[in-house]
Amino acid sequence: MSTSRDRAAPAGRRVRRQAGFEAGILLRNGEQLLVAIILPVLALVGLQVANVPDLGTNRIALVAPGVLALAVASTAFTGQAISSAFDRRNGVLRLLGTTPLGRGGLVGGKMIATSAVLAIHLVVLAIMAALFGWRPMAGGILPGLVTIVLGEACFVALALAVAGRMRAEAVLAVANLLWVLFLGLGLLLPTGVLPSAMAVVARILPSGALGDGLRSAFANGHWPIASWGVLIVWLALGAAVTARTFRWSD
Amino acid sequence: MSAVEVSDVHKSYGATQALDGATWSAGGGRVTAVLGPNGAGKSTTIECLQGLQRPDSGSVRVLGVDPWGADAEHRARVGLMLQDGGLPTMVKPLPLLRHLAALYADPADASRLAARLGIDGFAGTITRRLSGGQRQRVALAAALIGRPDVLFLDEPTAGLDPHTRLEVWDIVREEADRGVTVVLATHSFEEAERVADDLVIISHGRVRAAGTRAEVEGEDTLERVYFSLTSGAQR
Repeated sequence: MSTSRDRAAPAGRRVRRQAGFEAGILLRNGEQLLVAIILPVLALVGLQVANVPDLGTNRIALVAPGVLALAVASTAFTGQAISSAFDRRNGVLRLLGTTPLGRGGLVGGKMIATSAVLAIHLVVLAIMAALFGWRPMAGGILPGLVTIVLGEACFVALALAVAGRMRAEAVLAVANLLWVLFLGLGLLLPTGVLPSAMAVVARILPSGALGDGLRSAFANGHWPIASWGVLIVWLALGAAVTARTFRWSD
Repeated sequence: MSAVEVSDVHKSYGATQALDGATWSAGGGRVTAVLGPNGAGKSTTIECLQGLQRPDSGSVRVLGVDPWGADAEHRARVGLMLQDGGLPTMVKPLPLLRHLAALYADPADASRLAARLGIDGFAGTITRRLSGGQRQRVALAAALIGRPDVLFLDEPTAGLDPHTRLEVWDIVREEADRGVTVVLATHSFEEAERVADDLVIISHGRVRAAGTRAEVEGEDTLERVYFSLTSGAQR
């Protein structure tokens, strides 16, 4: 029955093509661009021209990493949660799962696409921050990049956990609500400026861990081990929930 | 061995028994219509054959392979048109077909396939803005793009206008004539009459009749056979 001739394209090509396809959709999506680029730019400009809250003399050193953290959460969390939920509802996950791409290739393609699109967003935002005078500590670049990668993985896992079961419209509402909460709980501004009870909570949330981690790395050149620990715990939690509850079709 | 084999398959969702010991097969170069009323178990059957669902008991084989967890080579030999289309909403038909084509080693030509299905007339419109019939054509093209050996079509002409239905039936016939095993789930006996070589009539998850059209119809019309088999089976 079987033929020796290969019928599927090689696995690497399948995943690469899917990544390019997904990245194209992400970059053409206007609402996604609003959340991932325009709102972080507004936050950057707004916080830089304002003088509240008090962030010390080198304001941009703390504002810029917060804006990058916001972009990570926007693309990896809100964007992925909403697009995955609607792809599931529309049967896209089901259809692509039955092509040679399969579920594994679909996940691989999504990860590469998200990383590539996020990298573009971060470069644009970093250049804008540099125009406002941002000069990250040289020693903080490597730990900063590690924090971004961990933060992205953590937020994608949480996005899929949110997107896996609920109706697409409910995911849309929840993902946007959580984006606002994350924004206020440590993403954009140091958890230190929050009231002390809130600061305690924010530091053990992925938002506080990512925001504080990036500020600690880029502003002080530190290796934010504690923040990484928090992100890894949330990553494991998100992955576990996703593995148990994610549905490929409604 | 037949290209598609369903053996004593049981599948239930909670208290609902979707398939209750279904057994039938479909051979190469033939169109097999799985015919039954809504809720008879047609979509569940197709989903089991695609590896999207796993039978509770019994077995399904497609090209000799268990579709549950089958590898990319197997998936490349099987084309699927889902009832809900499954098309990404923000993409235009031709880029989508080209993308799907790139997942196969030796796909059909996307532009030629689009022309054959009349998709070139709305190639510049994103899927979200297409009419139901236009979307059905794109979904059919998506099923054909990998030049499959086995083709599963779930209600392929539901909601289509009469002209488009004829075109789709012509395409289904052409595929079977070039040796493809076509399994088509439908609740329309008109569709079955127009396009099928073999019939499987199911209701309440059980096979009520299976065989060539002549065997199933006997001296009677398909319509009367269908109603007597499916009405008599009401619980």
